[in-house]
Amino acid sequence: MSCLETIQAYGLRSIGIGERLLPREDFTLCQQFTLIGSGLIWNLYFAILALGFGFFLSQAMGLAKASPLPWLRKPAEWYILVFRGSPLFIQFFLAYFIFLEFKQAGILPWLTAAQAGALVVLILNTTAYSAEMFYGALQSVPSGDVEAANAYGMTGWTRFRRVIWPTMLRLAWPAYTNEAIFLFHATTLVFFSSFPAWQQRGDALYYANYFADKTFNPFIPYPILAGYFIVFTLLLVGLFGLMNRWLNRHRPGVVRRIRYRPQLIR
Amino acid sequence: MGLWWSFLTVLALLAITAPTALTFGFGGAVAARSDIALLRWLGKAYIAVVRGVPDIAFFLFFVIALDQGLEWTRHQITCPGWTEPIWQGNDFRVCDAAKLPLSSSPQWMHEVYGFFLAVVTFAIVFGAFAANVLYGAMWSVPDSQVEAAHAFGMTKRRAFWRILVPQMWIYALPGLSNLWMILIKATPLLFLLGVEDIVYWARELGGTKTEKFTSYPHGDWRLWYFLGLLIFYLAFTKLSEFALARLTRQLSRGRPIKAALA
Repeated sequence: MSCLETIQAYGLRSIGIGERLLPREDFTLCQQFTLIGSGLIWNLYFAILALGFGFFLSQAMGLAKASPLPWLRKPAEWYILVFRGSPLFIQFFLAYFIFLEFKQAGILPWLTAAQAGALVVLILNTTAYSAEMFYGALQSVPSGDVEAANAYGMTGWTRFRRVIWPTMLRLAWPAYTNEAIFLFHATTLVFFSSFPAWQQRGDALYYANYFADKTFNPFIPYPILAGYFIVFTLLLVGLFGLMNRWLNRHRPGVVRRIRYRPQLIR
Repeated sequence: MGLWWSFLTVLALLAITAPTALTFGFGGAVAARSDIALLRWLGKAYIAVVRGVPDIAFFLFFVIALDQGLEWTRHQITCPGWTEPIWQGNDFRVCDAAKLPLSSSPQWMHEVYGFFLAVVTFAIVFGAFAANVLYGAMWSVPDSQVEAAHAFGMTKRRAFWRILVPQMWIYALPGLSNLWMILIKATPLLFLLGVEDIVYWARELGGTKTEKFTSYPHGDWRLWYFLGLLIFYLAFTKLSEFALARLTRQLSRGRPIKAALA
């Protein structure tokens, strides 16, 4: 099989299009690049959707934590404590078994599938982590800004929308960039917790692991995986950097480059 | 019994990995600010590469890579007359004398070896993170401190050990405590490395008897085991947070730099 044919056969394998059987012997470099790249579709899917939902939910959660109303603040504090204090890996396991129970009871049976259930867990997790960041940013909005808004006669919603909220976003953005990177890296955990890779449609790490198991040679698939991840991480950093520039567009010369500071698993 | 043993495994891993990773980190940080260009590049590359790639990929990679690396080295030493290729299609084949652990050794040797690989893997990955923290901390120590040491006639080496190293810890502490939290939360990944840790047992004990049947005799117990694990980790992180806060208070006693630590 030529490389082009391999790409046609396996390029979209992870979403079930193309050849059904995975290669079993005589693995070529091309096959490894194609399949691992194809698995990356799932990593991007999880990362983009979880970030998309999490962005809005986490701001709501961060505001809830800063709320003076105890019935709003307490649940938010507990939620953040639980999701930040426990390993994501355990959360995946626990959630999967909860979803299994649901399935037994006939409620929302599709949640046991990775593309829905794991996405829910990732959204909940990133919401907790980013909520803490937005909360911290909210606390450090300069009081002078708020006072200036007061002096202009702004109150309530207008003051929040035009002064507090943009400042909060701007302050939280560098930390939020890092959160986005962790989340992207955390998507590799999905198929290694309980969620099954139905018909061997897995993510990039799933295929890398498949090749490492079959060839018993980790020195090829994992570096390929690492290369893909570094490229996409840099892309992510670039995109968030553009957003950072836009958020700080009124402060010429203040725009600092966001430091690329990836951290570990949660 | 295995369940309680596995809790000990996790705690032992934490107890051994933390100092090992710190040593790796110290080495990395010293290398990254070395005067010798090659060493500096090595240190920086170590920090950058490990931090840029998903950690799980590293965990999966290093366990096999270390195992094969060790066996390959032993193979070169013990069986010089071996002519067959080592990678034969789907197989990694070394001579029997180079197997690690030897196939004749008892079961506990295999387990200890697996645990050892896990510790080294964790230490390599977390060492890079610790290196980054310590590297930053070394730059945070005011220059005047080191300059004063030079003025007193201390050599470079002595100024490093007597002035820089004792002073950098307080700057490194926030980063290191963060790292400790992450390390705690990374321990469930031991399960992926093939060590029988608590995740393994939670799956086994809750799962085996019910897995095959569609009509469950009782609810799936794994749910409760994992809930227990979640609470265990929550309590553990909370406890550490408390202890680290105390340590920070104690170390920063009598220092005028409190504000910088916030």
